[in-house]
Amino acid sequence: MDADAIRNALRRMAHEIVERNSDLASVVLAGIPSRGVEIARRLAAFVEEFEKVKIETGVIDVSMHRDDVGQRAELPMVQTSRLPVPLDGRTVIIVDDVFYTGRTTRAAMDAIGSFGRPARIQLATLIDRGHRELPIRADYVGKNLPTAPGERVRLRLENVDMEPDAVWLITGART
Amino acid sequence: MRWQRKDLVGIRELSAEEITFVLDTADAFKQVGTREVKKVPALRGKTLVNFFIEPSTRTRTSFELAATRLSADVINISATTSSLTKGETLKDTAKILEANHADLIVLRHSSAGAAQFLAERLRASIINAGDGAHEHPTQALLDLYTIRERRGSIAGLHVAIVGDILFSRVARSNIFGLLKLGARVTLVGPSTLVPREFERLGVTVSHRIDEVLPTVDVVNLLRIQHERQRKEYFPGIGEYIRLFGLTKARARQLRPDCLIMHPGPINRGVEIDSDLADGVQSVILDQVTNGLAVRMAVLYLCGGIA
Repeated sequence: MDADAIRNALRRMAHEIVERNSDLASVVLAGIPSRGVEIARRLAAFVEEFEKVKIETGVIDVSMHRDDVGQRAELPMVQTSRLPVPLDGRTVIIVDDVFYTGRTTRAAMDAIGSFGRPARIQLATLIDRGHRELPIRADYVGKNLPTAPGERVRLRLENVDMEPDAVWLITGART
Repeated sequence: MRWQRKDLVGIRELSAEEITFVLDTADAFKQVGTREVKKVPALRGKTLVNFFIEPSTRTRTSFELAATRLSADVINISATTSSLTKGETLKDTAKILEANHADLIVLRHSSAGAAQFLAERLRASIINAGDGAHEHPTQALLDLYTIRERRGSIAGLHVAIVGDILFSRVARSNIFGLLKLGARVTLVGPSTLVPREFERLGVTVSHRIDEVLPTVDVVNLLRIQHERQRKEYFPGIGEYIRLFGLTKARARQLRPDCLIMHPGPINRGVEIDSDLADGVQSVILDQVTNGLAVRMAVLYLCGGIA
């Protein structure tokens, strides 16, 4: 996937968000750091361009809510969550870069619950690579990318990685 | 970088990058305190033992609250509530802690090196909550966090630490942390409590507080530890107040944006005038609030790795 393909996928997802949510003012796009935050920003910009309404965005860090704390040899930085409080009655759309086992999404739902009780939670992801380990599905998908468990999806976004937008599938890589 | 330490024994062995990593992580945990649900499941299923051989209320309570907010189970063992009193060897202490199936141990001990001793022998994470006159790393981290929060950064600031430096683990941990992050440190107090030897650490020593106060960005007043003082070090409270106490008259020399800090508990009217402790320059209560976030960060990081 190159920069054009990513932009087209995000435009289509933004259209779907508009179609499925009649009350756009109640929508909050909650990006999972770090690329989910950038994707949420871009989706919000497209929705604003199409509908001339301002969409709230936020950051939802999932580190503290993961189920594998205590099983890793090293820990990455916890980012600070920033969401409009309270979320009660809102539609929160979790925005992630690559949707895989579903464990990150579960952690994000748990984290959102600590900010309030939204009316509904939806999930938007740029890439869905399959291999779910939990009964969770995405509402908005940029691209379905069938993968084998051993393969890796490498995503780069300008503004986050200082590289041009691109997605690769790396085969034969370890885990 | 990524966090790889299971123990926090002292600030001395941390790199500037690691210190900043803890402070940044504490930012995220401070945010948790503003949520509707102020509890996260990060350490669910883990057991933390608060093992305090020396008395302490505020540090123990802060660790207990931090652990609770991380969903860990907490057991408190103190010298007075258990049969473990004087005479117990550190090795026996270690065995008791292991027998309690502790995943994290917060240790306050009267002997320097106690935390290091346990860290080398136990699989559990050891968090030093004060070992003799050696180190008190979480106090230094919360002091650094409070300064950074108020002033934006630590580098280039001039910090005075006043009082009983010789017996103070808070002073040692603060000195290491401040220097690593690029601050300038001046120690102030009577020559018996602030010997010139401290200059070998890379700080300035002064015995005249009035020469130092006008130039500093932060003044950190340490508690006069009556329980540790012996006559030969310390002439008397009246003389200390006259020569080193932060009185209202002295405070007029401070820059308007100078922060006044104190690790507590305060001897009002000794280290600091009572009104100054509650005044606009005082960040003493911020230190307490930030202590919770910093300790959550430390427990999450050290307890969160395999």
